[in-house]
This record gives sequence, C-alpha cells and structure tokens, in this order.
Amino acid sequence: MIPELGQFALILALVMSGVQAFFGLAGAARADARWQAVVRPAVAGQFVLISTAIGALVHAFVSFDFSVLYVASNSNSALPTFYRVAALWGAHEGSLLLWAWILSLWTLAVGAFSRHLPASFASRVMGVLGFVSAGFLIFTLATSNPFERIFPVPADGRDLNPVLQDPALAIHPPLLYMGYVGFAVAFAFACAAMLEGKLDQVWARWTRPWTTLAWAFLSVGIALGSWWAYYELGWGGYWFWDPVENASFMPWLVGTALIHSLAATEKRGLFKSWTLLLAILAFSLSLLGTFLVRSGVLVSVHSFAADPTRGMFILAFLVIVIGGALTLYAWRAPLLKSTAGFDGSAREAFLLYNNILLVAAAAIVFIGTLAPLIADALGMPSISVGTPWFTRLFPVAMLPLLALLGVGIHAGWKQGRLATQRRRLGIGLALALVIGLLIVFAAYGPGKWLTPVGVVVGVWIIVSSLFDPIDRLRRRLSLSRAVLGMTLAHIGIGVCVIAISTVESYTIERDVPLARGESVALGRYAYRFDSIEPLEGPNYDGVRAVVTVLRDGQPLAVLHPEKRNYWVQRSTMTEAGIHSRWNMDLFAALGDDLGAGRWSVRAQVRPLIDYVWLAAGLMALGGLLAASDRRYKTRVAAASAIPATAVGASGS
Amino acid sequence: MMARHKRMVVVAAIVAGCGLAAFLAMQAFRANVMFFFDPSQVAAGEVPAGQRFRLGGMVVKGSIEKTLGTLDVKFLVTDYKHTVPVTYSKILPDLFRDGQGVVAHGTMQRGVFVADEVLAKHDEKYMPPEVARSLKDNPPPPDPAPGAT
Repeated sequence: MIPELGQFALILALVMSGVQAFFGLAGAARADARWQAVVRPAVAGQFVLISTAIGALVHAFVSFDFSVLYVASNSNSALPTFYRVAALWGAHEGSLLLWAWILSLWTLAVGAFSRHLPASFASRVMGVLGFVSAGFLIFTLATSNPFERIFPVPADGRDLNPVLQDPALAIHPPLLYMGYVGFAVAFAFACAAMLEGKLDQVWARWTRPWTTLAWAFLSVGIALGSWWAYYELGWGGYWFWDPVENASFMPWLVGTALIHSLAATEKRGLFKSWTLLLAILAFSLSLLGTFLVRSGVLVSVHSFAADPTRGMFILAFLVIVIGGALTLYAWRAPLLKSTAGFDGSAREAFLLYNNILLVAAAAIVFIGTLAPLIADALGMPSISVGTPWFTRLFPVAMLPLLALLGVGIHAGWKQGRLATQRRRLGIGLALALVIGLLIVFAAYGPGKWLTPVGVVVGVWIIVSSLFDPIDRLRRRLSLSRAVLGMTLAHIGIGVCVIAISTVESYTIERDVPLARGESVALGRYAYRFDSIEPLEGPNYDGVRAVVTVLRDGQPLAVLHPEKRNYWVQRSTMTEAGIHSRWNMDLFAALGDDLGAGRWSVRAQVRPLIDYVWLAAGLMALGGLLAASDRRYKTRVAAASAIPATAVGASGS
Repeated sequence: MMARHKRMVVVAAIVAGCGLAAFLAMQAFRANVMFFFDPSQVAAGEVPAGQRFRLGGMVVKGSIEKTLGTLDVKFLVTDYKHTVPVTYSKILPDLFRDGQGVVAHGTMQRGVFVADEVLAKHDEKYMPPEVARSLKDNPPPPDPAPGAT
C-alpha cells in the first residue's frame, strides 16, 4: 500500500512540476500576477510530494518490503539499518529519485529566498526549474520506477552492492547531487535573464551565491568520492581519470569558471553573454554526467548494466535542454553588450585568462572522456584514453592558470596597477621559491621535474592569497566573508596543488607476496606481515591481516587490511588498512591467498595525500563563507530599487 | 584603434593557444591511446608488433593457473574462436573470475599477452561493451550439461 502511495505522490509531483513550469513561464510572459501566484504553492507542493515518495521508499527499505523490486534488488534482511536507508540511492532508480528530490529542495529554497526579486523574474526562474523537474520525473516514472512490484515476492533481497556498503556512500551521492543539481539554479537564472532580455549587475549578484553554494557542494561531493575510491576500492590512489570521475569534474571546472566570470559581471558588468554561456554549459555538463553514468555507455567502475532506453531518454532530454537554452542564447545574447573597457593586466583580464584556461581544462577532460564514444560512433577502431593522456595534457592548461592566479590576485579592477604591487609580487615569489624548494629537496629529494614546479606554484598561491587579508587586518579594516571565503578557497587550491605534486613523485608502492613474519621494504619503511585471522560481520565474513609498519626498524603503526566475502552477492571486497599521519598515509590492501602460506599484499607510502581532500574541504568552506556574505542579504533588497547601472564597481 | 588592435592581439593569442592545444592533444593521443583487440584479431596478426593494447574476452573456465606463493598468474582469454594466453604479476581485482568477461592492458611477447593491468568490474551483470560486441559476432557454444565439467 505504502509503495503505491509513493508512486501516486510521484505522479502528482509530476503534475505539480508541469503546473510550476507552465504558470511560471506563461505567467511571466503574460505579466499575469494571479498566474504567477500559483508558482510558489506548486513548488512547495512538489517538494512535499517528492518527499512523500522518498519517505515511502525508505519505509519499504526499513520494513524489508521485498515485494518492491528496487528494495529486493538492493537490500537484504542482514543489511544493517544504516545501509538500508542509504541503499535508497544505491542504484539507478533511487538515485534518480534523489536527484528529483534535491532539485525540488533547491527550488523550494529559490522560492523562499526570491521574494525580493522582481516577480516576473522569480516566476521565470521557478518555471525553468519546473521544466527540468518535469523532465526528470517523467524519466523516473517512465523508465526507472523505483516502486515497481514483483511477483512472486522473494523471500529475501539480493543485497546492496558491497562496494557501496560504506559510511561515505551515505553522504557522497547526496552531496554530489547537491552540486550537480545546484547548477540547475544558475541555469534557470540564466534562462530567465535571457527570456527577460535583461541582464545587469544586479542579476549577477542574485546568481552568485546560488552558484557558489552549488560549487561548494560539488567540491565536497567529488572529494568524498575520491576518498571513498581510495580506501574502499583498495586502488590506493585519489584520482583515476575514470569516466565517471571526469563526469563530475567537468561541471566543477566550468562551474569554477562561472564563479569567476560572475564576479566580473557583478563588479564591472562584463562578460555578460559569456557568463550566460558558462551557466548553460555547467548544467549541461551535469546532465551529461548523469547520462554518462546512467546509460552505461562508458567503461567505468560505476557502469551499471546498460539500458539503452534510459540512455536514449536522457540523451533526448539533454538535446532539448541544451538545444533550447542555446537557441535562446543565440536569439537573446546579442542584446547583451558589455561596454566597460579594461587593461590587459587588470583583474578583469586575469579573470578572463582564468576562464579561458579553465574551459580549456574542461575541454581536455571532455575530449579524453568522450573520445572512445566518438571513435565508436564514427566506426573507428575501439580506443581507450587512459591516465597518461590526461596527466600529460591537463597540466598544460592547469599550470599557467595556477601561476597566473598568484599574479592576478594582486591586480586591481579596471587597471592592473601591478607596478605598485611589485613588492608583494617579489616577496611572494621569493617565499614561494624558498619554501617550495625546501619542501621538495630537503624533505623528499628529487622527483619528476613537474614536482618542484607544482610545489612552488602551490606555495606561491597560498602566500599571494594571504597578502590582502593580512594587510586588512593590520590596518584594522573589516574582513568581509566574501574576501575571507575567496582567500580560503585559493589557499585550498594551493594546498591541493602541493599535495598532488608531492603524491605524484614520492609515492612508494609495491605488490608483493608475503608469508607470516616476512616484510617488504619501501624506502625507510618496512611492512611486516604479522598474522591473518578470520573475521565475521553482519552480512559478510572474511579475513583480517595484521601488518606492522616499521620506520628505521622501529614499529610505527599497525594496519588491519581486510578481505570480505559478502554472502548474498557472493562478492569479495577489499577493505584497505590505512594509518594516516600528519604528513603521509601508510596503506596496505590484502590481495589473494597465494597458497604456501603467502598472501599478496599491496603496500604503499603516500605523502600528503590527505591534503588533497582537506584542500577540497577548504575550497568548499570558502565557498560557503562567500555565499553567506552580507551584501547578498542586505544590499539585494535595496539594489532592486536602484537602477542597475548605479550599482557595483566598488569593493573587491 | 587601440582597442581594436588589442582585440586582434587577444584573438591571435586565443587562436594560437587553441592551435597549440590541438597539436598537443593529437600528439598525446598518438602516444597514449590504446586500441582494443579481441583474440581473433590477435590471432590474425592485426596487432602491430610491440604495441600496447587492450585485450578483451572471456576468461576460459578452469584456465586460471597460479604459481604457488607468488603473484604470478596465467589464464586464457577467448572469444570462442581463438584463445590468447595471458600472464600477470600484480594483485588481481576482486571480481576477477573465470567464465566472466575481462579487459587487460599489455603487450604481446612471444605469443603471450603480458598484462600490466587487469580491469575490475563491479557489477555481475556488467560486461565491457567491447567484449559484448566481440562476443555478439562470436556467440559462445551452448553450455555443456550441468555436471559435465
């Protein structure tokens, strides 16, 4: 009964999204206040209805209702309660439902925080969001209904994919989706602006906090996924250029460009049509990501059994959304002219360089990810593009970007006046060289040539970001959340670059066969295989090894890598043993029983790897701070009363 | 005039940048892209000598041979027409089993495919698309009666 209730709620939600789309867009076009008044209740109603559907599915999971196909396929009576709830988004149908719910959550937030916006504009924004929501709900109901029943009812479920039975799973997809779907808001703002035929600096101020917030969520979501792959899949790395990783990375890169381009649009009224294009692109890439993951067209760890109808549906939806938005863009963008001029070394110029390079980086990832598909479509031999290709090309766009960041941060608006910043530039560069080279050569010794470059650039970014805030503090000026947030995020980038450069050169890893008492040396460290004992969990059994890590002969840490056999799906999972120190991770994963008392062991020493994820946390925190800046709250209300041209061009 | 001149410089820089990027991308493609071959193509000598490529097919049932106490493993990959022996000396992915689809990276050396990477898959139903396509052309023989192994 309850699953049918959920399904019914979902159908009503679809109707509601249609109402929201129609009255939002048509109400604004007809300038009919009564039509527009329907939109917010529709938004609220849709949220309540999709929440009801989610609640019904959670109920089915928690109460072991195996008559629901999705529950039977992704749950089991031995599955702990925590994972039974998280199993909701453990597979295709449920994660689509989550997608739709998060979209309704964002729309609800837009509805609540847009009362100071012009009514027709807010109405259009919600109308566009309703359209997107309708698309996803149709998709869910038509091809991927999570409430489908099966008969006869199986005695027990097939269990959640063991790879996904992990605490990080509970938060990784929702956060990632908060990011993906959050770009729908920026997209809707862009479409509404094009429909109105008006885009000014006030518009940019409205759009900025939403975009920054979505970006912050996406940053954490990607980092969590990367961390999860590190310890759960037992691969022992942080990034594999896997198509699905790339699918989430492309919107992030373009979203980052969008944040920066919005800054120029807000402060100086520049790059208007470019900003629109980026907003369309960021969301399109989010949709493309969903398509790549859900259609199974690419070879990836995330590839589920492929279903061509689903793929075709998303592809069609993608074409409608992107095609529609781009048509609108071609029609309306020429109306939007940016008039302000600027100097080649002004902050605007550096934001432009930033944008070009970020889009280039996204293009590299795009080409590398889709090349196999394109070759396939053209009937060329089947190819694959692996890590070497990406690691060779990606820095070509990224290094100049990062180096320019250290300079651009000092540039003023309109005119760079970099000559007056010579002291800061000099001190920054000197500090970066000294600290960077000290880190590289004193602590680690020579590695790849890119490593010292990367570390120096990373330090250079951190030092450069700190000048302005320190200067303000010394002069007892207030530090706005926007400045603080920007500084944190840039420090995050610096930390990330240092960490990646170090990990890439100074990781030591070996796959070795070990018997009890034997050890393997990794530089100064030795991994000793002490014992192996049986292990029993709630829905699995397996073995657990005790591996002692010694440094210069002294015990430093004890690792407990596990090998689990999940009963229901009869699959084997590797659970890595990791000991995190402040400057490195000691990592061991268990392979197979090789016979003759030996086990294969993957032993790794990875310096600074935790800082890759910490850096993402810093960036996200910076984003949250910047999005909560006071001027978005206080000045917005005032700004809508003032003509657009009178606002802006002040502050940093 | 200044503004136009500046714009020309910017446009020229962008064009040059794109050109360079395209050139680098093509270069990198040439060096780092791997092609897929199935056992029949390998047997027909379609693989250029010494080239790294991806081999895909089914792991022949009962063909996995482990050398006791070492990481070395040998197995056969088939498309039901031809069979290629594979050697590997790293830790195999968790879901590697005989009778299932597999994709391996490596080179042919004296008739043996020396793999340096064997790809994991994380869903029982999932089959690498290339393997699926290769098998469509070469359907597996009907399963022997149960117990006839």
